[in-house]
Amino acid sequence: MSRQSNRTTDSKKMNSELFTLTYGALVTQLCKDYENDEEVNKQLDKMGYNIGVRLIEDFLARSSIGRCQDFRETADVIAKVAFKMYLGITPSVTNWSPAGDEFSLILESNPLVDFVELPDNHSTLIYSNLLCGVLRGALEMVQMAVDVKFAQDTLRGDSVTEIRMKFIKRIEENLPAGDE
Amino acid sequence: MVIFSVYVVNKAGGLIYQYDNYVPRSEVEKTFSYPLDLVLKHHDEKVIVSFGQRDGIKVGHAVLSINGADVMGKSTADGKDILEYLKDSSNYPVSIRFGRARLSSNEKLMLASMFHSLFAIGSQLSPEVGSSGIEMLETDVFKLHCFQTLTGIKFIVLADPRQSGIDALLRKIYEIYSDFALKNPFYSLEMPIRCELFDQNLKSALEVAEKAGNFGAGS
Repeated sequence: MSRQSNRTTDSKKMNSELFTLTYGALVTQLCKDYENDEEVNKQLDKMGYNIGVRLIEDFLARSSIGRCQDFRETADVIAKVAFKMYLGITPSVTNWSPAGDEFSLILESNPLVDFVELPDNHSTLIYSNLLCGVLRGALEMVQMAVDVKFAQDTLRGDSVTEIRMKFIKRIEENLPAGDE
Repeated sequence: MVIFSVYVVNKAGGLIYQYDNYVPRSEVEKTFSYPLDLVLKHHDEKVIVSFGQRDGIKVGHAVLSINGADVMGKSTADGKDILEYLKDSSNYPVSIRFGRARLSSNEKLMLASMFHSLFAIGSQLSPEVGSSGIEMLETDVFKLHCFQTLTGIKFIVLADPRQSGIDALLRKIYEIYSDFALKNPFYSLEMPIRCELFDQNLKSALEVAEKAGNFGAGS
């Protein structure tokens, strides 16, 4: 993982294994603390949300991408720019619903789950639930309410990891001036 | 070519950060003897000159200090009312410093909220659909540049009218905000920014912008 090169701070390459280990330590500690998979999933989502609301500004500051006009554009930006920038992977966007308000991100590889195996007593744990929270938090800050879930997970025996994103509504309350 | 100040306004219109890089001080200190030939009056918790402009002391200048001690609003440093003090001939000769009064932080908060509302008017007045808010406000002494992010935060820079490269500077300030304010886990969103690293990096970005006169991309 490296930082964008258009910054004045030196671009650092960090070992992605340290990242995987850090995330793993986080999840196992949460499991010990809460002892309940559902609760851990909720906490991961909350933590992801707090990361997302801050990450979006970093993303907008570095990528200078303008406001997306529709959900398809949003999907493209998330898959091709955001995932690439932060996790170094480019998921594919598929399974659009007929109304165009739901789609799936198919991740071939997930840096969070390198070397991870879920034991049987944690079969309902959504290990990478942090990502759902991040996406939800980030989109909420640009006035889009979305619902993000894992539809398939390689850790639970599926062939690919699939994140399902559903557009709920535009958040009209705190619209910045000029965006009607 | 200078950059006067930077303001950061949150989504709700509250001022969360303010930095004065350069405040042109035009202060005059003179010794006066009784009777004082300037007419002073109370205005907004300050004592200002209402008539009697001379020697660099202009109408509207506030009393900043008396005999070297800074005044506090309408009273001197020891708590006496300034106008009463200056009517008493036994206090003369007295040395008074006049100058343009600085904006207090409350006043800055009010002005930022007002600008937040005016910003919206910019887009409402527009004949075309989908206009942005106010991006630039120009007077003969300064230019105010405003950049609103997609998340509703506004970065406002007041600079010399001839200063160029402010757009790039605003983007740079956005990057600095996303780094040193947002990545600090102890900073809560929408709250006043009290991060040392943010201050330091902002100052150096302003220095670079002033020197270059043109903050190029990729530096």
